[in-house]
Amino acid sequence: MKGNIYEIIKKMKKALTAFVLILPGILVAFPIVILITGSVMDQYELKEYLNPIFTGASDFISWKLIPDYPSFANYGKLLFMTPQFFVLFWNSMRMTACILAGQLLVGVPAAWAFAVYKVKGSKILFAVYVILMLLPFQVTMLSSYLVLNRFSLLNTQQAVILPAVFSTFPIFLTYGGFRTIPSQLFEAARVDGGSERLIFFKIGLPLGKGGILSAMVLGFLEYWNMLEQPMAFLDDKELWPLSLYLPEITWGQAGFSFCASVIMLIPAVFVFIMGQDYLEQGIIYSGLKE
Amino acid sequence: MRKSRNLISFLIFAAPSFIGVIIFVLAPFLDVFKRSFSTAVTGQFVGMANYHTIFENQAFLLAVKNTFRFTLVCIPLLVVIGFLIAWPLSKFKNGGIIKSIYLFPLAMPTATIVLVWKMVFYQQGFLNILLTKTGEWSGAFGEINVDYLGSEAAFWVLVCSYIWKNTGYTVVLWLAGIAGIPAELIEAAKVDGAGGMQRIWHIVLPNLKGSLYTIVILSFLNSFKIYREAYLVAGAYPHKSIYLLQHTFNNWFVNLELDKMAAAAVCTGGFLFIVILLLQKMWDK
Repeated sequence: MKGNIYEIIKKMKKALTAFVLILPGILVAFPIVILITGSVMDQYELKEYLNPIFTGASDFISWKLIPDYPSFANYGKLLFMTPQFFVLFWNSMRMTACILAGQLLVGVPAAWAFAVYKVKGSKILFAVYVILMLLPFQVTMLSSYLVLNRFSLLNTQQAVILPAVFSTFPIFLTYGGFRTIPSQLFEAARVDGGSERLIFFKIGLPLGKGGILSAMVLGFLEYWNMLEQPMAFLDDKELWPLSLYLPEITWGQAGFSFCASVIMLIPAVFVFIMGQDYLEQGIIYSGLKE
Repeated sequence: MRKSRNLISFLIFAAPSFIGVIIFVLAPFLDVFKRSFSTAVTGQFVGMANYHTIFENQAFLLAVKNTFRFTLVCIPLLVVIGFLIAWPLSKFKNGGIIKSIYLFPLAMPTATIVLVWKMVFYQQGFLNILLTKTGEWSGAFGEINVDYLGSEAAFWVLVCSYIWKNTGYTVVLWLAGIAGIPAELIEAAKVDGAGGMQRIWHIVLPNLKGSLYTIVILSFLNSFKIYREAYLVAGAYPHKSIYLLQHTFNNWFVNLELDKMAAAAVCTGGFLFIVILLLQKMWDK
């Protein structure tokens, strides 16, 4: 009798574990499957399935995992006959690339300074940086607006790029990577007469690569998905990134929407797959205590 | 000698960042602080008037209430769900793929997911189809026709969306914490005859206090980003159950009500500052 109960508990445990594993798979795959099937659907078929949304009819919408009339017509139209799409895609790419490049130039040396040179007051400064990193965009929105207005940068892409370049979040992550380098290495290099610059380039950068790449991967996913900043600081739609424009497409052009979503997803998936280890490392660094 | 050389190196490496942070964040925030005590257009000093205005503003109060409610529901939920997943996962030898699956929503841009969310939570959408089918199949209830985005349910749509997106990194942080617990500690407890639940309660959880602090801070930080989903799914004036602080800021910004914004930014910033310090204090104990 007792054996039976144990067996039941064991089975329940197994079922629970399986559930824990399968459920997220379904939840994650579902939106992707919908997006992909939607993107290869003929526009008439799409209209038929989404009919209640257009007509206000009271029946349910429907869907097919394998479309009756698969077609790449929407991709063709989007990629070859809609130059505006390229402008938006390029906007996203350019802004993300500029922000990440700027963060590398500004943030990596600053993280190095905090990690290696323990001077009076550096701890307090670092605490200030951490608090700045935790403040949401809405709190600093007005400050950014005032500065950007003073420098007449509003409604230019610099208005989105510059404040992000000086974000303190990548510094925190990169710092986490630099802290893992044993300080005896620097001491030895100094005894051998190496300059501080040499130590940074020959020891710091190669050994702290993990932290830097983590910051880049997390940064890419964040800025590729950016919404608040361009919404506040860019008026002209030609300057917008895809992340802001995409939701503006109406249901009438749902086919385009699906295609554009899939195309927008590709770089993010690529970075996610290539940088998964760094992404994980970055999340762990972001949680390191001082 | 060594000390002054250190200081010089520190300044050289950190200077670009300092200058940028001062110009783009600290100096303008002082300006915002000053503005919170003056009128928007003429810049006249008005004392606490702006603060009085915002705390009598119904929209602001509603937003504060909703934001609190959202954070207080989401963060405990996320922390617990994350742990319930991380604990069994930590015993797997190759849980890498599962971890990836949980992390993936983090990589999905909000703009791409909004389309699907609209179809799921639409009044005649997928969720209602699923519920209706379940109802018919079990005979327990008939057709379900909830308008998720236009009713109180909107709040729970946001909660689900937040959990969907953020479970992954919470699991990663819990796993890192669990991996940091010395195996001997757990083994010793096993030898002493502690059962599974006892081991979790007395050995594992006390050793994860550091992880808990981190997870709470990061979840809090990320809870503000739910505005993206809220805005993209429901626009600038959504159902009142999901009208958040972020909406207020944005709508004031659009109407150039900078005096109110300044006062609200100072209040929110100050509040977050205190919360962060308190959490840190609690954690240091």
